[in-house]
Amino acid sequence: MAVNTNAVGKRYPPVTYAVGREKIREYAFAVGETNPLHLEVQAARALGYRDVVAPPMFAAVYASPAIGPALFDPEVGINFALMVHAGQEFRWGPLVVAGDEIETAVAVRDISERGGAGFYVFESVSTNQDGDTVCVGTWSNIVRGG
Amino acid sequence: MQPGDQIPELRVTPDKYLTVRYAGASGDFNPIHIDEDFARQVGLPGRILHGLWTMAQVARAQTDAGGGPHSLRRLQVQFRGMGLPEHELVVTGTVHELRDGVAVVHTVAEQDGKAIIRNAEAEIAVE
Repeated sequence: MAVNTNAVGKRYPPVTYAVGREKIREYAFAVGETNPLHLEVQAARALGYRDVVAPPMFAAVYASPAIGPALFDPEVGINFALMVHAGQEFRWGPLVVAGDEIETAVAVRDISERGGAGFYVFESVSTNQDGDTVCVGTWSNIVRGG
Repeated sequence: MQPGDQIPELRVTPDKYLTVRYAGASGDFNPIHIDEDFARQVGLPGRILHGLWTMAQVARAQTDAGGGPHSLRRLQVQFRGMGLPEHELVVTGTVHELRDGVAVVHTVAEQDGKAIIRNAEAEIAVE
């Protein structure tokens, strides 16, 4: 398959996600978290957090509204029927807690072709309302030839 | 944590409706995860687990080992094969090295003896 690399380096408008207490709890239950920091306000406050703490992988929630437009960008040209999520990296900064507002900016880091498959790599940088980088994500997708 | 140490094993069996709950919690409603008929039509054995749910189990094994969510600094995974509901998932890991107060853990998630997350590496801050 031929890949179009014109979109490499393209940046998308940042998207802000407001972190809700019940959303953290819903997510924590869905992934089986039992640490009361994620579930009980009093437990979080007892350890000095303002509110319930998001599990690190909640990054998948607050970053996804920013990743979506890049994945679906016609200029990137991913064929979804043939796409698989091949790899993922997150690097975390300060913890996210309920009440935070997280702004995520996404860029196309790489598009390449190897062995008849297309490789698409996106980077997300998520920043809280204090300007701290709370998470940097690297999202790798493979589109099989076809 | 010392090089060669195993982190505590994490075992979890996603129930039949887990993918529906995770879809709602995460916002990822791709029908391959929630619609049995659709999944079969596109050649899958049935609904498959969300990769990021499985990665969250790998993350949970690290934060349990590290003493809380603050300890996990980095996690990198490769997704392989397909995770299935109602099959037990087993996450194991070994401390590979210690550097500057950070334990580098090599970790894997398996179902039925097959790795569905492999070549995964975590960095856990050690107190």
